[in-house]
Amino acid sequence: MSRHEKIIEIVKRVSKSDVAPDPEESLFDSGYLDSFALTDMVGELEREFDIAIPDADLTPRKFDSLERIESYVARLSGQPA
Amino acid sequence: MPAIVSFGRYLPASVLGNDELAGRLHVEVAWILTASGIEERRIALPDETVPDMAVEAGRDCLSHTDVRPGLILVASGSSEKRFPGPAAEVAHRLGFAGIPAIDLPLASTGSLFGIVLGAQLAPHYGPVLVIACEKMSSAGMTEPLDKNIAILFGDGAGACLIRPDGPGLEIVDSIVHSDGAWANDLQLGLTGPIHMNGPTVIMQAARKIPVAISELLKRNAVAADALVQFVMHQANQNLIDRVARALSVPAARFYSNIRKYGNTSSASLLIAASEWHEQAALKTGDRICLAAFGAGFHWGAALLTAA
Repeated sequence: MSRHEKIIEIVKRVSKSDVAPDPEESLFDSGYLDSFALTDMVGELEREFDIAIPDADLTPRKFDSLERIESYVARLSGQPA
Repeated sequence: MPAIVSFGRYLPASVLGNDELAGRLHVEVAWILTASGIEERRIALPDETVPDMAVEAGRDCLSHTDVRPGLILVASGSSEKRFPGPAAEVAHRLGFAGIPAIDLPLASTGSLFGIVLGAQLAPHYGPVLVIACEKMSSAGMTEPLDKNIAILFGDGAGACLIRPDGPGLEIVDSIVHSDGAWANDLQLGLTGPIHMNGPTVIMQAARKIPVAISELLKRNAVAADALVQFVMHQANQNLIDRVARALSVPAARFYSNIRKYGNTSSASLLIAASEWHEQAALKTGDRICLAAFGAGFHWGAALLTAA
């Protein structure tokens, strides 16, 4: 499973949705994530990609769309986006 | 070792349930409960002030002991005056004019920071009465109502008395932190309303509270599972559940009364501790953890042992 697919699965799981959001769609504005689902998602991203997200990066802006999440995870993993 | 020897609390009589609030906010009743774990909250009378409620909690606390304070700390983030804060008035109305009375203008962490400071100051000043009191309805329920704010808050006051030495709930160790980088994410200006960047607050709290507790327990060589009770700032039931999960502790071991009172900001930890202590069947050596997070951001935890 690609990184992109893994992130979609995580978002679907924490948002309890069967439908994947569009890559640039705001996960908050569209109702996929609320504050607690976002918190759960951050934990799942850390476990799935074996990364440690620093406290300073725990802001909703960094995780507001699939595109942003993927870009962030890639940067933290030292891999190309 | 400094120890808590008595608790007290005061909750206004007026109850605001989700049915009534949902109508005012034009939201579903079920949404309020799901989003917060709150079913009802207490609301102070229009002319009931922060010092009024603080005095009641202080009286309740002192009614359980013959010990009299040498210092009073009063925490509040919603007091009516820019200055003076409520501490001097509260001390005077409790009959302790002349002893030092210090304000802690802290919101959600007021109880915890008061206990931590009280433990440090008790050996010098003698017994410390810590009171935390909030009239959040004056700030969180002003028109136009913000549904994400208005569902959360309630009014009330909590108190505890710390003696320089036990027996009681000995304050074994504590850890407190502050980081002003997040000062604008949760704030109440002079004219209100409360501004809260909910997702940031929740993400930071869900991370920082368990880390602080783990840090505290590690340096005291205590496993989280060995504690008989956790009492947290009652911010949101969903947050309490996530902290329990992060520590791999059953959620039932986290005392919760948020269903009845909502988030009473600084007062919530001492109100919860007061209720819990009243019904707890403690044995010598039982360990308890207190924890809080709030505007600032400030956060931390304290380890207590029944002695």
